Amino acid sequence: MRRYVLSSLIALAVVSLMSAPVFAQTPVTAKPAPAAKAWTMPRTPDGKPDLQGVYSNATTVPVARPAYLGAKEFYTDEADKVASAAQASAGRGGGRAAAPRPAAAADPEGNGLAVHYDTSQFGLGGPTVKRAASLRTSIITGPEGRVPAMLPEVQKLVAEKRAYQQAHQWESAQNRPLAERCITWGFEGPPMMPVGYNSTLEIVQGQGYVGIVQEMIHDTRVIPTDGRPHGPSEIKRWMGDSVGHWEGDTLVVETVNYNPLVVVQGAPLSDAAKVTERFTRIDADTITYQFTVDDPKTWVKPFSGEYNMVHIDGGLYEYACHEGNYGMANNLSGARATEKK
Amino acid sequence: MRGSWLLVGAAGAALLSLAVLPTPAQAPASKAPKTKDGKPNLNGIWQANNEANWDIRPHAAYQGPVYTLGAAYSTPAGLGVVEGGEIPYKPEAAAKQKQNFTDRLKLDPEIKCYMGGVPRSTYMPYPFQIVQGTGTIMFVYEYAGAVRVINMGAPTKAPADSWMGWSNGHWEGESLVVDVTSLNDSTWFDRAGNWHSDALHVIERYTAIGPDALQYEATIDDPKVFTRQWKMSMPLYRRLEKNAQILEYKCVEFAEEVLYGHLRKQPLQGKGDSK
Repeated sequence: MRRYVLSSLIALAVVSLMSAPVFAQTPVTAKPAPAAKAWTMPRTPDGKPDLQGVYSNATTVPVARPAYLGAKEFYTDEADKVASAAQASAGRGGGRAAAPRPAAAADPEGNGLAVHYDTSQFGLGGPTVKRAASLRTSIITGPEGRVPAMLPEVQKLVAEKRAYQQAHQWESAQNRPLAERCITWGFEGPPMMPVGYNSTLEIVQGQGYVGIVQEMIHDTRVIPTDGRPHGPSEIKRWMGDSVGHWEGDTLVVETVNYNPLVVVQGAPLSDAAKVTERFTRIDADTITYQFTVDDPKTWVKPFSGEYNMVHIDGGLYEYACHEGNYGMANNLSGARATEKK
Repeated sequence: MRGSWLLVGAAGAALLSLAVLPTPAQAPASKAPKTKDGKPNLNGIWQANNEANWDIRPHAAYQGPVYTLGAAYSTPAGLGVVEGGEIPYKPEAAAKQKQNFTDRLKLDPEIKCYMGGVPRSTYMPYPFQIVQGTGTIMFVYEYAGAVRVINMGAPTKAPADSWMGWSNGHWEGESLVVDVTSLNDSTWFDRAGNWHSDALHVIERYTAIGPDALQYEATIDDPKVFTRQWKMSMPLYRRLEKNAQILEYKCVEFAEEVLYGHLRKQPLQGKGDSK
């Protein structure tokens, strides 16, 4: 593990030399480090960029930029990252809120999933997880670096829903959050977001399709790239209705027709939601993943984000969430027992 | 007169067919389109079109387990997919199958939205898709969103048992052969309670029999439950709709009432069968 930390620090240093700020949704072009061996895009037998493999999208970059960083989108180097955090922490009397929080702290349904497990206990956090090097200050790109405000009526709806959920949360399985019910984990997207643990995914490319399986609750996307239109709007889906195409060496995927219960960054998506993702392999080990979420019925404006996913050696294991959901029955029977007291 | 001409014609046809038959030394002509790297191209959305999910053995039609659902949810007759028709259960294992059948409303993992396992996922009445990569082949099943990624490289070993098992594959001529191990003991072969233990080892063969059909074979080995190996086989058909795709059947929400309904604060009134 220690050896890995060292090598990732070296990687960080190399990347910091070559990285230039990239703005939201600007096309990414593969640029090998000058010092590295010349790298050419590997291709599938039918000539498309080969994105296949197992990747980690774990990151320590928070979704929203810490307020003390203002419009600063990139740290200058690793030392700057450490110094900024320390400075902010000192300025606020060492308060926990000042330190950058990992993306795992994102809690779309406000149900405390971020502290669901102590991931370090299972060897799933810290230096045991491979992460792509990044000097980004936030996953959300642009000068604001955070998800824009929800429309007032949506804020009201979200607050009402949350209050209802809290008041009725133990009444039945259907009153529990989607993740606890093993319906969606809330991170599979699109946009796909890093998860607190098991933040791994595997890409397989067949003729006319790109398959992406995410380890968490084995959610799988099969994205057609054969030029077909979206499916009927009557069919709303938990992971939306995705179609893809290649723009040069970038896989571009557009998704609509979300199930109205899908929550992205704390907000329910409307029937106007459209998410655009861009996958660009930039070197032997890295895919840059960019996304734009546009839902004029939910947020005051669209927002974009970006992170790198890094190739890992391991395979994915089966995460049989529903099949092993003993917690659901235990929680509900506990609630019934409590009522009888 | 007419009869003898027909006879001559038939003899001619026979000769002709002999002439075009491949000699034994030649490999049979490929029935599958090829990928650009020369492998049989199994990409596509496939589905069985048989009654194996109700009972893999030959069976006449019979009443479904919920009388109120009448003819709509009763069992269609099926010729069976087990080669030889009979499953070679050990005596105590055969008794357990009968008990499973009696208690199927309580025990069938399909009712609970549990992943179907292998081979059952192949012939459940839902499509599945093969995404044929170069080092891996992804099988995505509509039912319960089950998925497995078949390793086509050097075989690897499972870290633990799982619902969909651990799949190592290789090509044998025109066939994709998948060796599936480390399956857990919680899936069934069908709704009739045909079952296996965690010693189950399945060898699957997928072979094209035309551009739009595959022959599927699964050799079943489970010495805890069966007296010998046995085999099931069936064709799988390509979904030919232009817009065919795997949709979501995230069935957890359809199974919650049956799994957790007894733990509700307020029981649901007047919905569904209380049994």
